[in-house]
Amino acid sequence: MTTISADPAAPATPASTLDLAGVSRWYGNVVAVNNVSMSLGPGVTGLLGPNGAGKTTLLHMMAGFLAPSRGTVTLDGSPTWRNPDVYRRLGLVSEREAVHTFLTAYEFVLASAKLHRLPDPREAARRAIALVEMEGAQDRRIGTYSKGMRQRTRVAAALVHDPQVLLLDEPFNGMDPRQRLHMMDLLHRLGAAGRTILFSSHILEEVEQISGTVQVMVAGRLAASGDFRTIRRLMTNRPHVFAVRSTDDRALAVALMAEASVTGVELGRAGLTVRAGDYGAFTRALPRIALAQGIRVRQLVPEDESLESVFSYLVEA
Amino acid sequence: MSTVSWITARGLFGRRRFLLLFPLPAVLVLLAVLSRALGVDPGEWGPPVLVGLGLAVVLPVVALIVGTGVLGAEIDDGTVVHILTKPLPRWQIVLPKLAVATGVTAVTVAVPLYVAGVLAHSVRLGLALAAAATLGALAYSALFLALSLLTRRPVLLGLVYVLIWEGLLGNFVSGTKVLSIQQYVIALADRIAPTGLLETTVSVPVAAIMTALVSVGFTVLAVDRLRSFSVAGETS
Repeated sequence: MTTISADPAAPATPASTLDLAGVSRWYGNVVAVNNVSMSLGPGVTGLLGPNGAGKTTLLHMMAGFLAPSRGTVTLDGSPTWRNPDVYRRLGLVSEREAVHTFLTAYEFVLASAKLHRLPDPREAARRAIALVEMEGAQDRRIGTYSKGMRQRTRVAAALVHDPQVLLLDEPFNGMDPRQRLHMMDLLHRLGAAGRTILFSSHILEEVEQISGTVQVMVAGRLAASGDFRTIRRLMTNRPHVFAVRSTDDRALAVALMAEASVTGVELGRAGLTVRAGDYGAFTRALPRIALAQGIRVRQLVPEDESLESVFSYLVEA
Repeated sequence: MSTVSWITARGLFGRRRFLLLFPLPAVLVLLAVLSRALGVDPGEWGPPVLVGLGLAVVLPVVALIVGTGVLGAEIDDGTVVHILTKPLPRWQIVLPKLAVATGVTAVTVAVPLYVAGVLAHSVRLGLALAAAATLGALAYSALFLALSLLTRRPVLLGLVYVLIWEGLLGNFVSGTKVLSIQQYVIALADRIAPTGLLETTVSVPVAAIMTALVSVGFTVLAVDRLRSFSVAGETS
């Protein structure tokens, strides 16, 4: 067993693969995960989907905390369910913010290292804490930490045995932008070093920034899978809908029709409904047009920005 | 001390519910001291204090608080996941927790029972009560530890067992006494120190065998249930 090396570019053990074959999970009549197959190899993969899509259920099955109702989940060929040995190669950071608040971060990570029976638990704990930049607060009780600090402590505990596979459920929840960047960088480095990293998120931009590969879940099914840019392009080809209110809706509608990025304008009692082919071009053009016409825009609301609509579009595509 | 028992002990003593352990044993000692000081005949206060309070209430309730606390509390707040994501055979998690639960319960209950036993009759009775209560602590702890893996409401179910099954039904339906840890403890204590203060209902061999069966059986069950531990089924 190796400890985390200061240089994550040098993986000590061969890469691991997590395989799901026809995995389903249901609770009574409710199907949470429906016939999902995927193979996760080295690198960072984002598990993307709206809340309630089955991401957490899928992660729990991957981590051996839930039996698949049908299908198999295997790590390098051995099942993860009822097999504690997989935790030699697997780390889990669950979404639920559960930590032993009466311990300090150092005690907590050290306990993890000891439970893993690492040869030098103190050194392993020190390195894992350094990796998440928690040295400064490591001797304070976890109960006194902010949400982001607890999250990093949990990541340190999950990384203490230098696992080949790391599963993270919504790891960016509750983190401030700096912590977020740091965590993204850490996942990047671990992925580049040949480790298999899977993290779930319901926020598109998070996934966009870290991972090239995504698995998109919608309503328990695997809706899309593969390179993020390809999937994103599918998403951007669809017109975006905005609700706009201004001091002179009719004049603004006329001016907007001349704009190339606008594909349609509807004039209603509550304002304009604008369809734009290019999200970025339209949002940049609108203030310019309004300024030129002497119209003041009072409201600009993207109407279908919710991930659910993006995903439902994906499913229909 | 293993890491699992260290975390378990820290968790147990770090929670406020730990303070619940002390009033009952204190009342037990207080009643015994008062009865002795007022010169009441031990034949009159012995059975209700030693058995009615000590073995029927203090021992099972303390075992319930501790036994459901060592694992149940971690399941409740989700911290159990940290221990389960380790490459440990599950018996290496259950046994240290059972040892902590048994040890804490035994110390909390055996000391006041010893004091009360000495005041009521003799040092021998005190030792007998302490020893039998320690065996009872093991059986109760195994039961309540397993309960916290079998149900989401281990405390409620444990109370039903202690109050309804052992307490109420035991008085009316004699057959239930064969499945009552309390009766095993009484029989074992009376065997070690025959005094006439303890009224036994099961034979000593039955008590000894059943105590062992309950302890081993529920421990094995707990290990098996922990192997199949599922995180609460949120469909998100």
